[in-house]
Amino acid sequence: MKIIKIDKKEWEQGLDKSRKEYHLFGAVKDKDYYLIQALGDKVYPDMESSDTILSPKSVIFPQTEKMLTANLDEAQDNHHIMERVETDYSPRAVLGIKPYDAKAFKILQLNFDTEEFKDPYFCDAYAATTLVGLAVNNPGQFDFSTSVDTGPFDETDLDVLLIDTGNEYLAKVITDKGENFISKCGFDNQTDEKNALETISKLKKKAEKAIVSTVSHDKLNGKTILELYNAPFWDDIAFSCINCETCTYVCPTCWCFDIQDETKDKSCIRFRNWDTCMSRLFTEHASGHNPREGKTQRVRQRFMHKLKYFPDKYDQGLMCVGCGRCVKHCPVNIDIREICEQMNS
Amino acid sequence: MHTYTEKIQNLAKDVLKQGKAEMVIGFKQGTIPMAANPFVAKNENDADNLIWSSTCGLNLANYLPGIKKCEGKIGIIAKGCDSRNIVTHIVENKIDREKLYIIGLPCTGMVDKKQIALLFDDEITQFSEEGNTLIVKSETKEEKINKQEYLRSNCKTCTHRNPVIYDELVSDLVEEQIIEDQFADVKKIEAMSSEEKWDFFDKLTEDCIRCYACRNACPLCYCPTCFVDESGPQWVGKGQNTDDIKTFHYLRAYHCAGRCTDCGACEEACPMDIKVRNFTRKLNKDSLELFNWEAGLDISQRPPLDTYQPDDPDDFIM
Repeated sequence: MKIIKIDKKEWEQGLDKSRKEYHLFGAVKDKDYYLIQALGDKVYPDMESSDTILSPKSVIFPQTEKMLTANLDEAQDNHHIMERVETDYSPRAVLGIKPYDAKAFKILQLNFDTEEFKDPYFCDAYAATTLVGLAVNNPGQFDFSTSVDTGPFDETDLDVLLIDTGNEYLAKVITDKGENFISKCGFDNQTDEKNALETISKLKKKAEKAIVSTVSHDKLNGKTILELYNAPFWDDIAFSCINCETCTYVCPTCWCFDIQDETKDKSCIRFRNWDTCMSRLFTEHASGHNPREGKTQRVRQRFMHKLKYFPDKYDQGLMCVGCGRCVKHCPVNIDIREICEQMNS
Repeated sequence: MHTYTEKIQNLAKDVLKQGKAEMVIGFKQGTIPMAANPFVAKNENDADNLIWSSTCGLNLANYLPGIKKCEGKIGIIAKGCDSRNIVTHIVENKIDREKLYIIGLPCTGMVDKKQIALLFDDEITQFSEEGNTLIVKSETKEEKINKQEYLRSNCKTCTHRNPVIYDELVSDLVEEQIIEDQFADVKKIEAMSSEEKWDFFDKLTEDCIRCYACRNACPLCYCPTCFVDESGPQWVGKGQNTDDIKTFHYLRAYHCAGRCTDCGACEEACPMDIKVRNFTRKLNKDSLELFNWEAGLDISQRPPLDTYQPDDPDDFIM
């Protein structure tokens, strides 16, 4: 384990050095709020920012992603043969990602990167990405990450964890990817490991203690799917839902997508878009039959998937990292914490 | 606690007890500061959970078409704009007047939550109001602000704060605002050159994530299948192509022409803070200027776009 001390005054200079090899991504203020964006020249991530509205999942799993292309000109030999589009998978680094947002990529991997199936778009983007996390010293009121097996200092899916100690960052270098990024930045002021770890441990305890929002889900495992599925509360929970797609789009762990083809003149593009169980179309069959016709069924699906089906299938905890974005941005204030408690009670 | 809260609870209890309605649609306290959660009270105990505050910014008329199982009447708390959308529902044959028990709520405006959030560097942890004073707290500071200065922009220009249709009222009617120039914002856009307008609308929608919260929060958007969701034929591309995004916004706005009450639910719901009323406001201005029409004021009037009058403006015909 290597811990590097970075003077904040040298931070931006270091990032500029890394740009020779890396495309940088980070939180940028856009109008009045923060979004994760590709950072142009001389643009630096806002490391003091609160949560971005959308999670960083789009860096690896974009909302709209071109997959395949084909030439429809029958005079050409390769006409109508789908070929993978060329995408830039040169190294990229996400700066200041919240540790629990990074953990969400581990959850996405369970869907996109398995022994049996490998989604090439996700896997190539993930392989190209270095995740440089920033420990959350002052968790907000929406953060319930410690209730769902992650937390403000979780290193599970980070390559580097930065800890803000005031004028400096302590950079805990966790993986080879992280090592490469830190060295390309020219950060090499290695510090005494024991002291640094002690400082980090203190800050971590303080941050975890500051988390006010908790959720209990200990009894979900002991309940049967049907018991929860047929529970009497779903109509009441769903009443206020307007079936917009905000919760699923802001969520770092929602992984569903839909595939579309578009043609123009003699060319065709196949691409995928984030899809959402909140939409009626999500399950509408070609026959017109829809197994989830009503909004109650759709709302139930979202919570059952995150809190029951996923844990049952993968045995990796909930499909939620406690970032609180869905709680904060739901236009009608449907609160996953409340629903989880109801299911757990 | 807002002075309306107790009155709403008592009225709702009475309505439910007397069987004047089978349920009452209102708001209950949200789980986070400055949030209110649409809620249906089905019995007197439920009615204790009803609240009112200046954060009840969604339009409850939006919930009426979704209620399928109700043999008796549906009770609903309706501020000025909600009541106008109830009128629109009645005029458009979405619901019968006889099916409704309307508890009218003279409104003094809803607050702009996003504007208030900008006063703080950290998260808002508490919100309360005393008359016209809003008390907002975060971990690091407390602000006492004047509600009238932090109204949502649609509430600033509202001239129908009082419900236009009701069976009972929560309080005496409030004084209506007199607005000198109701469409100053629209005129600013009208004065732009074509290029500036393109640029303005391109920027306006650039952050749209197509979550359709604006559409789904809108009481007008009750089509069984919205044109963006049609798959045969598919009218609009599904991806993040900017032309497809703009097509959605432009077409949705036109579907609201002569029907929009400027209730502001669309902007309230938008997670990306897109000011989508910039589209519908222009159509409201046109409706007023061309047809002397404001939507949802009278159940006996047909909207101008579903009737023909010989003296309808026809300057656009060569």
